[in-house]
Amino acid sequence: MKKLLTIAATLGLMCTGSIAVQASPQQDLKAFRSYFAKRFPDVPFQEFANGVYAIDKASRAQWESIEEFPPYELSVDKGKALFEKPFKNGKTYASCFRNGGIGIKQDYPYFDTASGEVVTLEGAINACRVKNGEKPLGWKKGKIADISAYMAYTSRGNKINVKIPSDPRAIAAYEQGKNFFYAKRGQLNMSCADCHQWNAGNRIRADLLSPALGHVTHFPVYRSKWGALGTLHRRYGGCNKQVRFKPFKAQSPEYKTLEYFESYMSNGLKLNGPGARK
Amino acid sequence: MRKFPGILKTASSVLAIAGSLALLPVTGNAAEAQTASVTEQGKALAFNRKKGNCLACHQIEGGKLAGNIGPPLVSMKARFPDKAKLRAQIWDATRANPNTIMPPFGRNKILSEGEIDKIVEFIYTL
Repeated sequence: MKKLLTIAATLGLMCTGSIAVQASPQQDLKAFRSYFAKRFPDVPFQEFANGVYAIDKASRAQWESIEEFPPYELSVDKGKALFEKPFKNGKTYASCFRNGGIGIKQDYPYFDTASGEVVTLEGAINACRVKNGEKPLGWKKGKIADISAYMAYTSRGNKINVKIPSDPRAIAAYEQGKNFFYAKRGQLNMSCADCHQWNAGNRIRADLLSPALGHVTHFPVYRSKWGALGTLHRRYGGCNKQVRFKPFKAQSPEYKTLEYFESYMSNGLKLNGPGARK
Repeated sequence: MRKFPGILKTASSVLAIAGSLALLPVTGNAAEAQTASVTEQGKALAFNRKKGNCLACHQIEGGKLAGNIGPPLVSMKARFPDKAKLRAQIWDATRANPNTIMPPFGRNKILSEGEIDKIVEFIYTL
């Protein structure tokens, strides 16, 4: 029995190894896009930035009326004030980012070849605070979501441009995120892809499952369910709980690499965050 | 040492079952009522969001706001002439198809064996 298990495990390793060799991120991206293009032939590519509202006329009207008086507007204003308020040392967030932090979200997350890690926008915001002698903010909501919302707002219309440098560690980070996306987990034994790729557009009870293509465009997001703004990793945690899996922490390597994979898969879509969702 | 209490336990449960059977009235009507109630219990478990939550993915007669991820549950006797196969599918659908989105209700202990039995009885009436 033990021997059989070892053989099975070895075979499994060999398979994952060969997949990693066969499909490059570029090939994955092409396949991912064409999958959704075929699944939703009437939805133009850029429309995927609107999530379920790209594929469901009934809820779209309701969403558009919510967007007339956006529930995240106050957060963007608060985020702007926080972003511009100098730290105790006199510097501001602008000092930590390219172009003073304006209109740059499309480059996030990126792989930092110096540290060998994926850097998310929220990660960079807190790194900037720590570098300037301030305490880091909580990761999932509140001030960090406000600041991130403001930075997203200044990046609206910019096309997601996540790069995977030819560094084996970057490829490994991408592969980790990809494996997370396709791996089944939790008591309900479901992968991200089970719902958001293979069943995108289908209904789970009365709820429409959103296509994974475009998932990241509108974060941070105001969810009616939360009654507030939250980050992408907050949403990941909620999703994992729904399949009865103990969520990873926000900004854990697991969620950072998942964000890396998902963002890369949405390359070319225009950012439209912060957004409003159910 | 460990086997002995086990045997005792089994023996006592057998006795308990035998005892309760002896007490049961075996008239036809009562047996039918018993069956109906098992089916109803199965239906309640199937519709309960915290239990089977079958409506999340399957249309079922009498259920509201059903999902459409899986096929509608109709003509189940025709689709599963062997009731055991239906039970096996609910217990662990990944054995027939490792990629299925259907949760392995028995394998992952989402439902107890008894709960699965009741749900099978209900589903088999559809």
